[in-house]
Amino acid sequence: MALLDVTDLKVHFHTRNGVVPAVDGISFQVEAGKTLAIIGESGSGKSVACYSLVGLIPKPPGRIEDGRALFEGQDLLTLSEAQLRKVRGKGISIIFQDPMTSLNPYMTIGEQLIEPLQLHFSMSRRDAWQKGIKTLEEVGIQNAERRMHAYPFEFSGGMRQRVVIAMALVAEPQLIIADEPTTALDVTVQAQILKLLRDLQQRRNIGVIFISHDLSVVADIADDICVMQHGRFVEQGERMAIFQTPQHEYTRKLLAAVPAAAKRPASYTPEPLITITDLYTQFCGNRGGPAVKALDGISLQINRHEILGLVGESGSGKSTLGRSILRLLQPCSGSIRFDGRELVHLSAAELKPLRRRMQMIFQDPYSSLNPRMTVYDTLAEPLLLHGVVDRKGLDTAVFELMDAVGLARANVLRYPHEFSGGQRQRIAIGRAIGTKPEFIVADEPVSALDVTIQAQILDLLLDLVARFNLSMLFISHDLAVVRYLADRIVVMKAGKLVESGTTHDMFTSPQQSYTQALLAAIPGRVLRDLDDSPL
Amino acid sequence: MWRFTVLRVLQAIPVILTVITLTFFLIRAAPGGPFSSEKAVSPQVQAALEARYRLDQPILQQYFSYLADLAHGDLGPTFRYPGRTVDELILDGLPITAELGFYALMIALVLGVTAGVVASLKPNTLQDYVPMGAAMVGICMPSFLLGPLLVLVFGIWLQWLPVSGWGSTPGDKLLPSITLGAMYAGYIARLSRAGMLEVLSQDYLRTARAKGLPEYVVILKHALRGGLLPVVSYLGPAFAYLLSGSFVVETIFQIPGLGRFYIQAAFNRDYTMILGTTVFLATLIVVFNLLSDIAATWLNPRLRYQYKQ
Repeated sequence: MALLDVTDLKVHFHTRNGVVPAVDGISFQVEAGKTLAIIGESGSGKSVACYSLVGLIPKPPGRIEDGRALFEGQDLLTLSEAQLRKVRGKGISIIFQDPMTSLNPYMTIGEQLIEPLQLHFSMSRRDAWQKGIKTLEEVGIQNAERRMHAYPFEFSGGMRQRVVIAMALVAEPQLIIADEPTTALDVTVQAQILKLLRDLQQRRNIGVIFISHDLSVVADIADDICVMQHGRFVEQGERMAIFQTPQHEYTRKLLAAVPAAAKRPASYTPEPLITITDLYTQFCGNRGGPAVKALDGISLQINRHEILGLVGESGSGKSTLGRSILRLLQPCSGSIRFDGRELVHLSAAELKPLRRRMQMIFQDPYSSLNPRMTVYDTLAEPLLLHGVVDRKGLDTAVFELMDAVGLARANVLRYPHEFSGGQRQRIAIGRAIGTKPEFIVADEPVSALDVTIQAQILDLLLDLVARFNLSMLFISHDLAVVRYLADRIVVMKAGKLVESGTTHDMFTSPQQSYTQALLAAIPGRVLRDLDDSPL
Repeated sequence: MWRFTVLRVLQAIPVILTVITLTFFLIRAAPGGPFSSEKAVSPQVQAALEARYRLDQPILQQYFSYLADLAHGDLGPTFRYPGRTVDELILDGLPITAELGFYALMIALVLGVTAGVVASLKPNTLQDYVPMGAAMVGICMPSFLLGPLLVLVFGIWLQWLPVSGWGSTPGDKLLPSITLGAMYAGYIARLSRAGMLEVLSQDYLRTARAKGLPEYVVILKHALRGGLLPVVSYLGPAFAYLLSGSFVVETIFQIPGLGRFYIQAAFNRDYTMILGTTVFLATLIVVFNLLSDIAATWLNPRLRYQYKQ
């Protein structure tokens, strides 16, 4: 018998604007020792479906309309809140997405870790503490005994996620719901955490529901896969079947959106647009602490009409480099030559004419647009500021920009909150290309977006680069995306350049061990094998 | 932590010095003096008085000798209570005012935090509107209105509590403390509601619920600590304002505290008394701000860690 047997689960949200069927009749089973992946884009209802099983959705407005969820012989959906509390954390536990926010910042790791033990097994504090130490060791945290007294902020993101996993494991549950457990992590850390989860699951024979938007992550660890869209499973089945012979159109679309192909090597003669020599940028230390060297002697060249991919883990100085080139940050020393002109010592007034020629696209389309400005205002502002068009030509110019980035002209007077994430990023791109720049820094422009949207935005960027003869510094932590887009790649670590080369060379014969580690950590080996790609 | 404390104490010195200087020159710039009255005084007496209180010296010299005395903790003689010093008068009134302020703050804390937390648990329902409405009334109602109202209801109609005095009849401390604390209760209620709402939407509370913890543990153990941080930061300044702002309540209820002197000194042009109370209260405000900063730092493990380094 399956560990968890869900039939026809329906969860509706009763809002002021009507009933939203967040989960609309789904059925699935999870076996002990197996992983069931639920794949879907944001808003598809995958988290709601799982949280509703253990009573963690807000009620109201949420309401479970129908269904049965058999776990250890009882129907979870009919249990009272008090009975559900006995299941939560003991029979079924949850690993949440963002390790930065899912731990209580005011309590030590130990205090938080032993809570389920004291609660569900009435263990003494001393015994619970010992078990806590053991669990921390099991998830690979060094000096576990001492670290029990540490607070969450003393851990890095990957270590925190290990703590969250330890918290989910400590009461020895039979089923774990892992909600995007690696989405917030760097790719090398992600690989470690995935391996850890897989090991623990097999050692303890736990059933896992793995919620993700990322097919390539799921490809390596899932036994069965359910593809979810608009609250329903459009397709479910065994892993290889889903990848090899996808039946539903949406599954095929998701698979196609994984940036698997490498960019064809472009034939252009390298003509430098930006030359950076020995660039240093520092941040002052907190309260008299030592200064942090964000950029530690960077030298590189960005050619005309090329997309240079800049990869590295968080904290490696990628964004600092992008911002230093645009002089959004003041470098300490070194030289940045743009089209033959030295930028580092220019005053704000001298920089202004150059600002028109260099633009930036930011990571988060939710916060990089002014919420009080309509699309029209956002797009028109740089045009007027740099005198690209006069007032008479402004309307036409704004409309043409909207066409170029694929926004319907009818939306011109709408505000950012009325758009989806992908559309917002289109507005941000329109704002950047409006002044007809020669160079754009794109800082993780697709990492906040769903995969299918991500694919559209990447294609838009490729199209615009070709159409407007742009050069681009494309910053990303996602190597698959970079491979799809970039002509050349630069790898950064701790403020230094590790390696650079053409995309093809970097992916086929990386020289440095750090680059090799990065490449090995890319999830989705199964998918790549299917494609017979050069990886 | 010590570094932080010493640094903050050093920062306080220019603040207090500015307060002294401004007050010193402003009261002398005001028309009239401590010895100008309708009653004619012979020139000899006037001169003798001014010599006794150093008023015949150039103003800058007065200023510096005042600072020199102050450095020894001497706030000088009062002009209006012959034979008594400002230090004595402040020390006489302070314990009473401090006691009143303490009770008022306790009432404000208990009422305010309870109301704020209760309201935050079900925002935008009756459970929110009722305590927050009451908090608004508490903030808006001046103590010179609330005090007499309370006296009217509890002292005269119901005859449950005495209408005035301090420590002479049982229960006479209750009405003044409520009158003084009501406004602070309102502020604290609003602060704790906002703080709790912020924390209640955090992911780590969902983590706590996912462990199977009952709701009251989630609230009391996981949410309260972060949610009440803004209240802790407010407590220091609040207590200082309670001490310096109690004169209305002290007047209504005939309490022999510090506030009375403050008002009378201003009317009397009692230079040293005005200066003395101002400097004293300014120091209190600075000290209590410092204390609440230290408390807030100590409650936040991240800040605590930073200062340990």
